[in-house]
Parts: sequence; structure tokens; C-alpha cells
Amino acid sequence: MLTLTLILFPIVAALLVLAVRSEQTKQLAFVAALAEFGLAAYAFLNFKADTTSQFGFDYPWLANFGIRFSAGIDGVSILLVLLTGLLTPFIILSAFQRKYSRPNVFFALILFMQAALIGVFTARDAFLFYLFFEAALIPIYFLAALWGGENRIAVTFKFFVYTIFGSLFMLVALVYLYFQTGTPGVPGSHSAAIVDLYNLKLSPVAQGWVFWAFFIAFAIKMPVFPFHTWQPDTYTESPTQATMLLAGIMLKMGVYGVIRLLLPIAPAGVDTWGFTAIVLSVIGIVYGSIIAIRQRDIKRLIAYSSFAHVGLMAAGVFSLTENGLQGALVQMLAHGINVVGMFFVADVILSRTNTRLIDQMGGITQHTPRLTVYFMILLLGSVALPLTNGFVGEFLLLLGVFEYNNVLGAVAGTTIILGAVYMLRLFQKTMFGKKTELTETFTDVSASENWVLIPLCIMVFWIGIVPNTFLKLTEPAVANLLQIINQ
Amino acid sequence: MLPIVLLSVFGIAMLFLGFMKSRAVLLPAALLFLLVAFAASFLDWNHTYLYFKGMLLTNNLTILFSAIVLLSAFMIVALSGDFLEDENAQPAEYYAIMLFSLVGAIMMIGFENLIMLFVGVEILSVSMYVLTGSDKRNLRSNEAALKYFLMGAFATGILLFGMALLYGAVGSFTITDIKAYVLLAKGGVSLLLYMGLLLVLIGLLFKVSAAPFHFWTPDVYDGAPTLFTAFMSTVVKTAGFAGLLRLLSVSFTDIYNFWWIILAAITVLTLLISNLTAAYQTSFKRMMAYSSISHAGYLLIGLVALGQQSNGALAFYSLAYSLATISAFGILILVAKHRGTEGRSGESYEAFNGLAHHNPLLAFVLAVSMLSLAGIPLTAGFWGKFMVFSAAVEKGFVWLLVVAVLMSAVGIYYYFRVVIAMYFRSSETERIRVAPFYQIVLITATVLTIVLGIAPGLVQKLV
Repeated sequence: MLTLTLILFPIVAALLVLAVRSEQTKQLAFVAALAEFGLAAYAFLNFKADTTSQFGFDYPWLANFGIRFSAGIDGVSILLVLLTGLLTPFIILSAFQRKYSRPNVFFALILFMQAALIGVFTARDAFLFYLFFEAALIPIYFLAALWGGENRIAVTFKFFVYTIFGSLFMLVALVYLYFQTGTPGVPGSHSAAIVDLYNLKLSPVAQGWVFWAFFIAFAIKMPVFPFHTWQPDTYTESPTQATMLLAGIMLKMGVYGVIRLLLPIAPAGVDTWGFTAIVLSVIGIVYGSIIAIRQRDIKRLIAYSSFAHVGLMAAGVFSLTENGLQGALVQMLAHGINVVGMFFVADVILSRTNTRLIDQMGGITQHTPRLTVYFMILLLGSVALPLTNGFVGEFLLLLGVFEYNNVLGAVAGTTIILGAVYMLRLFQKTMFGKKTELTETFTDVSASENWVLIPLCIMVFWIGIVPNTFLKLTEPAVANLLQIINQ
Repeated sequence: MLPIVLLSVFGIAMLFLGFMKSRAVLLPAALLFLLVAFAASFLDWNHTYLYFKGMLLTNNLTILFSAIVLLSAFMIVALSGDFLEDENAQPAEYYAIMLFSLVGAIMMIGFENLIMLFVGVEILSVSMYVLTGSDKRNLRSNEAALKYFLMGAFATGILLFGMALLYGAVGSFTITDIKAYVLLAKGGVSLLLYMGLLLVLIGLLFKVSAAPFHFWTPDVYDGAPTLFTAFMSTVVKTAGFAGLLRLLSVSFTDIYNFWWIILAAITVLTLLISNLTAAYQTSFKRMMAYSSISHAGYLLIGLVALGQQSNGALAFYSLAYSLATISAFGILILVAKHRGTEGRSGESYEAFNGLAHHNPLLAFVLAVSMLSLAGIPLTAGFWGKFMVFSAAVEKGFVWLLVVAVLMSAVGIYYYFRVVIAMYFRSSETERIRVAPFYQIVLITATVLTIVLGIAPGLVQKLV
């Protein structure tokens, strides 16, 4: 029942927010998101580290199709539920300083988005998964296209068509798999429960097709090279809160989908094509990092860094090793925190200087001791310094890729060096050096900005110093998953 | 059968009401008539009856299709308030013709004898020719009516020729006799039957505007008064597919191997032509015409994959499609009327610019309708597509599914152009006033679309 509450509560809250048209909308949305975080935290604290699906519910939905409205939280989803619950209040809080037109719609869309994301991460029925996967796209599309930058219409439209196009392949695969369950040709005997899909005995050829159908869908979402072309533009043109949702949570839908559906359903497909997938991911890491170094626009830089980071997660996942999978799960949490923090810092700078161009900044640190510290902490988390959250995930991921293939592991490892290059360059060009006209009157972070940055920085250290709190929750589920895959 | 009798009587009564001084009676009367017919159609629920010496059959499936047709007609008539203000309009006649045409539609849905099918097709078609040309002073409307009539008459001829050939082969017009003949003559089916089936299929596919028999559709849809375009694209399509489903599923399942290839080829052609052409349209109304052709393609998938799932899938799809199409055309009528400029009607995409700012409700209704037509989850349209697609996969047509899915992606492109116009572009036009009753219809269609999107089981239970 807790899961159902987690999904329905933001929807109810969103409808309430939509109805309130005064200045209080943002407070109301924030309180709702905080309550939702309380629920997610409750689930996190009471989660038993085993392979079962907990706090679940299950109702018939399309009865004569054998499709059920079924969701629950297990070891693979717990961290992502926590991530969604944790980040949304900060994303809402980060919008407090800005004046948006029609704030009730703006915040309601964020809450709708949250409900859909939780739905994706908890669905136990493949069609329910698909439904939420698609449903998440509608609010983010409107968020990006209504409040975005100059080019928003064309850019977000490309993003929308691109990702829907990808998911349609997944739909084909799901419908196909659905009919492989039960007795073929007997309507009503089929089932769309994800567990039942795991037990299918598919021919290697069929698994190859299923692999590609899923891979394209999830690779576009993540994005993996060469399916990434929508990403930098969309991240740049969207309002900061939408970018945070996209980079912080939504791209995890892709990684999560690979772990939840692709690997266990088509292990033979991964055997055949996994190498290709990892090579593409590794190309994405290096390519994304190099482009990030050349960026002049602060948001684009973070976008490309995110593209590189997610490439490493994809590579780790496809390595089919315990380290790779564990690393991906922890890194999803860590990356969400870091990237939301980074985009927020970028937004703080943007709101003071009205530019996103790195060349025009400099010397910010002379006015802003607090911002400098927060920025540095988040940055170190991003470049995976030991004792920060990024280290745990990246270390495990690289270990996983190394176990799979030494050469690929070594190439993927360059992400740490290249990441340090573009991140430190960003820090140096914006924070140090001579003051410019634009940074002359720079003011330090305000109270509400503090409240976004401090908890995020605490999380950076918490996950970095005691990663076991998180790793031990996912461990049994990952082991179980590998057992299913290796059957 | 009761609805047929009722609708005929009501149609005549409607004509007499036209003699009354007050025009205000007409609309409520028409709505009341449709409501009564709708309720009466459910009297036979859970019973199977043969009427008129075995010419017409009612069972739950035919009642469901009749109900969809009657519901669509009810909503469209409810949107017709404008006729009362328009001096040139002849509402009494329009309503009477619509009522009569529904008689034809119900005959097509429940026919047991090919003659009944033919009579139904003709009643429906002739009514449509008249309604298409009802805007007498408009050249576009005249041209459309003439075009529709000439092409339609030709298609009717082919249909009739096909039926004659079937009669030549079987010696009977009853579809169960045809079934018995096909079953007995296994292997040695007369060539006449194949030719007859082919010609009948062509005649019916013309009526539902499947490629390559679709050429009349864009011009006719474009030229006809928008309200009747809505009627054409929902009622005619639903009745046509119900007729095709009945014909193929009763009579010709035993020569499935003959006709599925033809239908599959037509399906692919329909999907490709309609979706790719729709993407290039600048007029919203023409886009909707091509969209209507594309939905014929998706519905055809349900026929190609004829099986236990087809009945429910086609019924659900027709309902979802009708709801979305009616709200889309309903809003087009409003927008075109208020935003049309001198010499150019407001039917292009630009006319929708900034609608979300002036009329958030209308924009939302149209957005939901577009989402449903595009098949995005949480709308009825998604489940309609899902059911049709899963029927295809069940039969092993994964390749057909892939084509359909790729074309759905193209569909998202053109359906979203109007969403973009409404929400992300601005214009200097004013707020559009909407009559309360008009709003109720639009909201009902939207609510139904969303409810069926969340709980598709509601209709599934009925089949």
C-alpha cells in the first residue's frame, strides 16, 4: 500500500496545487514534496535487504488480458525511489527565487512528473512500466517547452519525438514477450508480470531482437552514443528545474530499464550484443568528456558531463558483473545528487550574471565564500574524489568494466582524468581569476539557496563515507538478478 | 431492430417539426430522439435475435457498435447549435437525414444478408452525399459533394457487382449460407467467390477510405461543413468496419489465407500513404482527413489479424477514435468560426496559435484528443492501439506491428504540431466564447477518453 500512496500522493497534491492560484503555490508544492520524501524515507528505513518486493499492491486492471496494476519496491528500485523523493523537494525549492508565469501549472507538472517516475521505478507489470515510462514524458515536455529558452519549441519537440520513437520499440518488444507467456494462442493465459517475463525461454535469435528493441528505447533515454543528440540542446534550453528532473532522475529511467527488463529477459542477447553496447557507451564517455572540455556554455558543459557519466553507468550495467550493477545503482543516486547540485550552482550564477558563457565570468569566489565551498564539494563529488559519493559508484563501475574487458576498462577510466579537466577548468574560469563587469556585484547564496545546497553537500559525503548503508540494500537483489541472468 | 424503426419514425417526425415556427425545438428534439434510440438499442442486451426473416441480427457486439454510432451522432448533433443562428441552414432536414443515415449504419453493423448490407451502405452514403453538399452557397462544398457522389456511386457499383458474383457462386445472399458453402467446398471454392469477395472488399474499403481507395477523402472532408466531416469520419468509419468485421468473421474465415495478404498489403499502403502525407499538411482539417485514413489503417490491422480479440479491439478502437475525433472537429468548428480571416477560413494550424492562453479548457480538450489519436498512454487511444496491435502479434504479424509503430511515431509529429501551436505560440486574437452545452459535450468526450485510458476494462467487459 505504501507504494500506491507514493504514486498517488503527488498526483493528488498536483491537482491541489493546480487549483491554488495564489503566491502560496510554491510553498504548498514544497510541503507536498517534503511529505512525499518522508514516505520515501520511511520506505528506505524500513526496507529489508532481501530479494522480495515490499510495500506492494496488486489489482486486476485489464482482467481478460491478464494485465495487472501491480507495483512494489525491491532492492533494485529502493535507491531510485529514495532519489526521486529526495530530489523533488530541492528541485521545487530551487525555483523559489525565480518568478515563473503560471506557477501553479509549473509546480503541478513537477509533481505529476514525480508520480510518473515513482511509477516507473516500482512497476511490477511490464505494461504498467511502459505506461509510466511514457507518462513521464508529458509533464517534462510541457515544463521544458513552456518555460524554456529561445529555441525551446524546436528543441523540445525533437526530444519528444525522439524519446517516444524509442519507447515504441520497447512497446513492440513488450507485446511480443507478453504473447510468449502462458499458452500460445490461448487468450487470457498470458501475463505481463515482469517476473513471468523473466521465466521465458526465448530463442537466441528472438533475444537478439528483444535486446535491440529495448536497447534503442533505453539508450535514447539515457542517452548512449549515438542516440544522444537531443540531450545537450534540451538540457540547455529547458528551465533549470526541468533540466534537474531530466538529468537528475529521468535519465535513470533508461539505466533502470536496462537492469529491470533488458538484462534478465534477454541475457543471450546481451551475450551477443553486449560488447557493442559497451563499446558505444565507452565511446560516449570519451566523446562526451572531450566535448565538455570545449564548451563555453556552463549548462552545456554539465549536460555533456552528464552524458559521459551515464555512459559509464551503461557500460557497467552491460558488463553483467556484480560490481558493475551495484556501482550503477549507487552511481544513479550519487549522480542525481551531484548533477542537481551542479545545475543549481549554474542557475545561481546565471541568475546573478544573466549569462551562461564561461568566458564572461571570473573572480566570483571573492564575494562568495559559501557558494565556493558548496560548488567545490559538488564538483569533487562529480569528479569522483575518494570519500565523496561519486567515488563509490565510479570505482565499482570501472571495476565491473575491467572485469569484463581490460582495454575497455582502461579507456573508460579516462573519464576520471577528463572529468577532472573540464570540471576544474569550469571552476577556475568562473570562480577564480579577474572579476568581470558581470561578476562585480555578485552576492553570496541566500537562505533558501542554502537550504538546497547544504543537504545536497551532506549527501555527497554521507554516501562517500558510509556507502554500505546503500550498498547493503541493493546487494541481495543484484545477486538474485545475476542468478536469473546466468540461468 | 427497435432503433431502426424508431430512427425511421423519428426522422419523419423531425421533418414535420421543421414546419413549426420555432427553430429552438429542433435541437432538443433531435437529441431526445437519439437518446431514446440509444436506450432502445440496449433492450436486446444479452439476447441474440434475428429480425426481418433472418435479414438482420442483434447480439451484444452489434449492440455495442450501434451504441458507439448513436453516441457519436448524439455528441455531433449536440455540437450543432450554430445552425439555429445561421439563416441559410436547414436544421430540420439535416437532423432528419442524420437520423435516417443512422438506420443505414445500424443495418451495416447487424446485417445477416448481403442485401441488407447493400441497403445500409446506400442509405448511409446517399445521406452523406447530401450532407456534404448542404452548404449550398459554398463552392468547395458543392465540389466535394459532386466528387463524393461520383466516386461513391462507382464504388457502390463495384460493391453490388461483387455481391452478384457471390450470389452466383453460392446461390444465396445470407452470410451463414456463404460460410456453409466455403466450408463444404474446401479446396474447390468457385473462382466467382474469390472475385466477388475481392470486389465487395473494394467497395467497403472505399467507404472506410483505405488506400488506394482514399483519394476522395481529403477533398470531401475538407469541403464538407466541419460538423458533417465529423459525422463522416466517425459514424461512417465505425459502421464500415463493423460491416467488414461481420462479413469476414462470419463468412470467410475458412479462406483466410486468400484475403489476409490482400488486406495486409492494403493496411501497409494505407498506413504509409496517410501518415507521410499528413505530415506535410498545412491545414488542420486536411491533416484530420489524412489522420482519419491512417486510423482506417490501424483498424484494418485488427481485421488482418482476425481472431477472438478482434471484436473487442475494433469496438474499443472505434469508440476511442470517435471520441477524440469529435472533440477535435468540435474545436475546429469554434476556432474556424472565430479566427477565420477574410477570404481564408481559420482551418490552418496558425489559427490555433495561443489558444491555451485565451481558452485553456479548449486547448486541454484538443490536447487530450491529439494525445489519444497519437496513442500516448493514459488516453483511450493508447489502449485502442494496444488491443489492435496485440491482436496482430497474437497472430504472428510482428512485422505489421513494426510498420504500424513506425507510422505511429510519424503520427506523433503531426498531431503535436497543433499542441505546439496552442501552447507555445502566441497570437493577438481574443478569447472564444463557448456555449455551455457545447462545453459539456467536449468535457464529456475528454473525460471519457481519460477514464477509458486509465480503466480500459470498463468497455472490455462488455464484449
